[in-house]
Amino acid sequence: MAEIPHLLVHEHADNVGVVVVEGLTAGTDMLVCVTHDNSTFRLTSGADVPIGHKIALKDFSEGDTAIKYGEDIGKIIADIPKGAHVHVHNCKTKRW
Amino acid sequence: MASKYSNITFQGFRRENGRVGVRNHVLILPVDDISNAACEAVANNVKGTLAIPHAYGRLQFGEDLDLHFRTIIGTGANPNVHSVVVIGIEPGWTKRIADGIRKTGKEVAEFSIEQNGDFETIRRASWAAKDFVHKATEVQREECSINELWVSTKCGESDTTTGLGSCPTVGNMYDKLLPEGITGFFGETSEITGAEHICQKRAINEEVGERWYKMWKAYQDDVIFAHQTDDLSDSQPTKGNIEGGLTTIEEKALGNLEKIGRTSQFIDILEPAEQPGSGNGLYFMDSSSAAAECVTLMAAGGAVIHTFPTGQGNVVGNPIVPVIKITANPRTVRTMSEHVDVDVSGILRREQTIDEAGDALIEMIRRTANGRNTAAEALGHREFSMTKLYRSA
Repeated sequence: MAEIPHLLVHEHADNVGVVVVEGLTAGTDMLVCVTHDNSTFRLTSGADVPIGHKIALKDFSEGDTAIKYGEDIGKIIADIPKGAHVHVHNCKTKRW
Repeated sequence: MASKYSNITFQGFRRENGRVGVRNHVLILPVDDISNAACEAVANNVKGTLAIPHAYGRLQFGEDLDLHFRTIIGTGANPNVHSVVVIGIEPGWTKRIADGIRKTGKEVAEFSIEQNGDFETIRRASWAAKDFVHKATEVQREECSINELWVSTKCGESDTTTGLGSCPTVGNMYDKLLPEGITGFFGETSEITGAEHICQKRAINEEVGERWYKMWKAYQDDVIFAHQTDDLSDSQPTKGNIEGGLTTIEEKALGNLEKIGRTSQFIDILEPAEQPGSGNGLYFMDSSSAAAECVTLMAAGGAVIHTFPTGQGNVVGNPIVPVIKITANPRTVRTMSEHVDVDVSGILRREQTIDEAGDALIEMIRRTANGRNTAAEALGHREFSMTKLYRSA
């Protein structure tokens, strides 16, 4: 892969991806790579998001489920537009 | 079936009980907290020895005392240890620990402080320690095969890059080396929460899976729910995890479980600090997820090398077991490179495959087994943390 990806996604079923570059700024035309088969697509970042943090791959409504590794990792607790930052302010475990 | 990993050999120390070590420590081991000073004095007198001070060993009882003995005896019995000087305040528990270590066949000298005082104890123990150092330094390494290695894993300061890169690297290593006959340990009971349904399925059969689930459930009920505040959110995920982008315990657990790869199955469950008794293979040890406690328990269980994936940069080491740090986080490589043994950040750039990263880790394990000091060893990280189950009497 000549171009280094900005965002990695584990599985095709996932609806969030992980920023893997430092200093990502809002409005970046990101190269997104799905590690399962190294397929790629592009997505525009909606915020400055630190390395390691997640970005929404779709528009979320409150009550939706965040999927990563093809598994349920928690509930969405606020509406989140595609490309925005997903973290503890808008996503929470369903366990407690 | 022979693979390219079958013929890996390394230069190790073969012990009296047949186990193989990769280090050759002479330990000065306190039975209890109040014997730390004497142990440190002996280690100061006799170069080439290592004192392991710790915080406990008085007025413990029941299961908590059993764990104390298991941890101290297991530490002395570890094949990375050549011989041991044991010092305790009184002779009873001192003898119990010395005799426990002697079962391995290695030399142990025991001393108790009451009716001697620190000065006389230190004098006598220093002579024994000096004798052990002379003997230890004449022991030669010999060729050992890969299946004689016991390799543990636990990750720390995890972030989303551990699930993408460093944990799958360890998993790839286990998928390749467990079929060659190594013995492996994983654990971190609290950090499986969120992926317990997946972990249970990785047991070799239903019976082991059910026992595993019971153990996990007992931890949930007896520890988490019994001491619950609002939830685990202030400790799981940790502040460092959240800084690194991990949002929920489920997300953290799924990344954590990448350490056992795609095909590896665990064959049995161990109590904290328990030595495996079911032959070669992968074991789940019921253990804390705190780095130093977990590595200490696995070392007491007999692991001689620890593989430690980190995201944000946990710096932990262990007094007797080399801890190999693996990170995929390019920021951690940039800001904390003195702590990193295996840089797999190429996985995130899609310049390195998990298969290549697994091979790089196997090569680092081989070199570490041969004697290469890890970053944690070079930096003097010797964290020895006993797990305490409840208040002392």
